[in-house]
Amino acid sequence: MKPLLKVAGLNAWYGESHVLHGVDMTVGEGEMVTLLGRNGVGKTTTLRAIMGIVRERRGEISFAGEDLIRVPLHRVAHRGLGFVPEERGIFSTLTVYENLLLPPAVAKGGMTIDEIFELFPNLHERRNSAGTKLSGGEQQMLAIARILRTGVRMMLLDEPTEGLAPVIVQRIGEVLKKLKERGMTVLLVEQNFRFASKVADRFYLMDHGRVAGEFPVSELSGRMDMLHDVLGV
Amino acid sequence: MIFGIPLQAFLGQLLIGLINGSFYALLSLGLAIIFGLLRVINFAHGAQYMLGAFMAWLLLSHFGIGYWPALILAPLLVGLIGAVVERTMLRRLYTLDPLYGLLFTFGLALTIEGTFRYLYGASGQPYATPALLMGGANLGFMFLPIYRGWVIVFSLVICLGTWLMIEKTKLGSYLRAATENPVLVQSFGINVPFLLTLTYGLGAALAAIAGVLAAPIYQVSPLMGSNIIIVVFAVVVVGGMGSIMGAIVTGYLLGIAEGLTKVFYPEASNIVIFVIMAIVLLLRPAGLFGRDA
Repeated sequence: MKPLLKVAGLNAWYGESHVLHGVDMTVGEGEMVTLLGRNGVGKTTTLRAIMGIVRERRGEISFAGEDLIRVPLHRVAHRGLGFVPEERGIFSTLTVYENLLLPPAVAKGGMTIDEIFELFPNLHERRNSAGTKLSGGEQQMLAIARILRTGVRMMLLDEPTEGLAPVIVQRIGEVLKKLKERGMTVLLVEQNFRFASKVADRFYLMDHGRVAGEFPVSELSGRMDMLHDVLGV
Repeated sequence: MIFGIPLQAFLGQLLIGLINGSFYALLSLGLAIIFGLLRVINFAHGAQYMLGAFMAWLLLSHFGIGYWPALILAPLLVGLIGAVVERTMLRRLYTLDPLYGLLFTFGLALTIEGTFRYLYGASGQPYATPALLMGGANLGFMFLPIYRGWVIVFSLVICLGTWLMIEKTKLGSYLRAATENPVLVQSFGINVPFLLTLTYGLGAALAAIAGVLAAPIYQVSPLMGSNIIIVVFAVVVVGGMGSIMGAIVTGYLLGIAEGLTKVFYPEASNIVIFVIMAIVLLLRPAGLFGRDA
């Protein structure tokens, strides 16, 4: 599989604090890769540094063969990369529909509004409500849906199941499987590795701002004890 | 008679209040838009209002360009100057304490006003009412100068148009979203730095529209901006920083409150807005329409 995203020796800082200490990873076209790790090991920062939201970074981030380090934040999405933040980032002064239409389409092949409403009927029902009037699960669906419309090739997805009821988590899992069928590449940050094991092809284990291990989903069951230890779950 | 006051005097002051309110609304609207997105308290707003009036006067006296073209040209020019100022100077201050933006725009206002005072003196220049809007209409219960009626109507149209642009259009949804979370909006591929430039230019252009409207009513003077801007800041505090509709409604209401105070208790008319501001700050520090931070 040819890599769509390649990260090598990535360092990143929040002001004085040095958070990433040389992250190396690759994500193949159409692959779904999950970053595991305890709180504060740099999973979210890795996504934010790849996206260019964290600007103080050094190393290599190449996406579809192009170095992203010098690309300004507002041009990154146009290269085909979409970001769904942990806090979801639904806008309270915009309706659900306006939230959905906010990110500009960056390429052909994104989902149409009709397809999105078919996949997320709740969003259609509540399209005229203020974005933040939605439940947590609906807000997560909206955060994913608005990126699907843009036609990006790869999605950076930060803890989509955090704080959600099991039935919603299951629903998000189904959505991710559908995305995979469509050929979407996903880099997922997830604490819930039972959830991740159902959707991911491969795992990176992060610790202290770097990648501490890598294994395919087939090896997950054999590593459960180790993961329980490392993740403290 | 109404509350022992002749109807004529009452309506006369109500009209003056509405006219002042029109300027307050236009100016506080621009301030609120700029503050909402840029988090900059634009102390140069009064100077931009003055620039609008002066552009109209300069266009007429140097190029023979009249009121109607000036009503479009002056805001365009002042908006363009605002955009250049944002791009070359103000932009450098976003990562610093908000106080720097305030100090910079305050310094900018002093520089612009000082320059115009040096060039044109402190006394005002008269600007004739456009021929189309000369004279007045007898409404039966009062005499309405047509130009003043025009100011009220036109400022309402501009305020509502701006509000609709922000609430109902695609560009407006970008502005609202970027006001909430600029970084995320930028990560969606929207050019937020350009949006900031556009917004500062738009705010300056709104001030300039108020300036052109004011030119035939007040004289065109370098200090006209600093005279009105302190009141406008009080209006913004009462309405709540960053609330667009709040800024508009509060502008008109406080203008009317000021006018009516002139009827009932003239001595207090100069301070009534500040008294209301003090009360609002005591009871509702976020302002009447402000969202609690």
